[in-house]
Amino acid sequence: MQELLIISGKGGTGKTSITAGFAALARNIVIADCDVDAANLHMLLRPVTYHTEGFIGSQKAEIDPHKCTNCRTCEEHCRFDAIKILNAHSVVIAMACEGCGVCRLVCPEGAVTLEDHMSGHLFLSDTRYGPLVHARLGIAEENSGKLVAKVRENARLIAETQDSDYIIIDGPPGTGCPVISSSSGVDLALIVTEPTVAGLHDLKRVHRLIDHFAVPAMVCINKWDLDKEYAEEIETYCRHHKIELAGRIPFDRGVVSALAKGLPAVDYEIAGAPQLAGAGHAIQHVWQAVLHRLSSLSA
Amino acid sequence: MLITIASGKGGTGKTTIAVNLALIIKEMLPVMLLDCDVEEPNAHLFLQPSFTQHRGVFTTVPKVDETKCDGCGRCSSFCAYGAIAIVEKQPIIFPELCHSCGGCSLVCPTEAITEIPRKIGSVETGAGKGIQITKGSLAIGSPLAPVVVNAVRDTAPANHRGRVVIIDASPGTSCSVVAAVQNTDFCLLVTEPTPFGLHDLALAVELATKLQLPYGVVINRSGLGDSGVYDYCSEARIPILMEIPFDTRYASCYAKGGLLVEAFPDLKEQFHNLWDRIRDRLASDKPPYAWG
Ligand code: SF4
Ligand code: SF4
Repeated sequence: MQELLIISGKGGTGKTSITAGFAALARNIVIADCDVDAANLHMLLRPVTYHTEGFIGSQKAEIDPHKCTNCRTCEEHCRFDAIKILNAHSVVIAMACEGCGVCRLVCPEGAVTLEDHMSGHLFLSDTRYGPLVHARLGIAEENSGKLVAKVRENARLIAETQDSDYIIIDGPPGTGCPVISSSSGVDLALIVTEPTVAGLHDLKRVHRLIDHFAVPAMVCINKWDLDKEYAEEIETYCRHHKIELAGRIPFDRGVVSALAKGLPAVDYEIAGAPQLAGAGHAIQHVWQAVLHRLSSLSA
Repeated sequence: MLITIASGKGGTGKTTIAVNLALIIKEMLPVMLLDCDVEEPNAHLFLQPSFTQHRGVFTTVPKVDETKCDGCGRCSSFCAYGAIAIVEKQPIIFPELCHSCGGCSLVCPTEAITEIPRKIGSVETGAGKGIQITKGSLAIGSPLAPVVVNAVRDTAPANHRGRVVIIDASPGTSCSVVAAVQNTDFCLLVTEPTPFGLHDLALAVELATKLQLPYGVVINRSGLGDSGVYDYCSEARIPILMEIPFDTRYASCYAKGGLLVEAFPDLKEQFHNLWDRIRDRLASDKPPYAWG
């Protein structure tokens, strides 16, 4: 079993549409949506969820007003500015609290407790392409890295019991904690970029991250024909840095129309819509290149 | 005045709006742009500033003095983030997991733990195109984006009377976005008229509502998708403050790092109108997040 991560650094390059395309083309897979902050993959895969569970991402401090003498020792020690005085009582501002427990440690009255805090949900679902593990982190919540780890752990469990060949992971944008958690230990990362100055800039950053974790990488340029010169520049960059190119995908309005119907671009084309030579076709080529690389990595 | 540019979905054109709006406001008031998308800062690619100051952003992590440590393991059992493990009666520290709460040095009975600085990113300040800009970058492999966001915000003067500070936030609704948008005066939510755009706009609206921020929507690449975003906005009575049509000329201007308001006079006027609408909104005495 191999794990493939699809990642982009910059948001909006088409990562999710491409992931959905792969899901439609692949056989014997488990799909994991690790963009837990703004998950979109379910809109294309239309899952039927059979299991939902709460995600306890952290704890939050609570102060018992009957025990608190308002000595303000906790406030002094909290490094996250999470304790404020309200109506002459010390209270915890839940959004700022990181659940470190220092206030409980220092409180001379034993007035502080730490309570589990549910910061999101994890879903196990079935789709027409295979099992999907996805999640939703609550608004303004932290610890997305931990939730990503949970999604991956569940995906691996399913893949093992079903003897799947691949786990296909839709990664989050950026280079922060959820991205780090999505990248650790995957077999291959496909970086989806676009031919813009920002696309190249972010490709470099995310590639440094992937490299930092010693994960092999490939690059695919989406909407490449929106700026052919820039696409050329990205390819040159990749050659210089010995990053294998997985292919180019043209800009295709059909991707958006397919999305509006809740279909991955590849299925939409198979369904006989126009633009047979468009994005869906190119995604098939990219998928072949990725498969090829995966099999050489496992050899 | 502090204005944040945010979006649930990445790649909708947040930075484009931030940079071009800043150029318009500059004609009337001093402007400062804070690039708080510290995981992928991009605003500098368009303003081409020369950065004159550069400083590191640090947090603290524990350091154990082995001659004092007796391996009791209290630091490890205290740490809520699993940043200290005890192996063969010796603490091992995983600095990237540490939240710098200081608890381990407080619980250590032999005072074996001190705190040392650890670099997690950098902040650069400078000016480009007449705009003061601060760029924050999270060090590759570091997870603590909100700390760097706060360091970027600290470079703006505490009293921003008579000037406009524009904040480019990272996409999504996580803790680093909260750090960028909280305690600002207005939030512009940028989206695109696709089902993904709609889904993620609804999340961004939820965030702005939770933080009690007044907000309005900008639709980028209009004409490319469907009517979902428009239906949503009219139903929820959320004002659409500007639309930028999908146009390959705009796309290629952006691709090369160009500035829309310099290249397209009609868009320049649109950005002027956007600024007027934001100001009108803020000048009115209606409750902050009720429109209409
Ligand atoms: S648990 Fe930590 S962050 Fe939360 S209030 Fe207590 S000291 Fe502050
Ligand atoms: S400072 Fe806090 S978070 Fe860091 S290692 Fe010590 S107890 Fe853990």
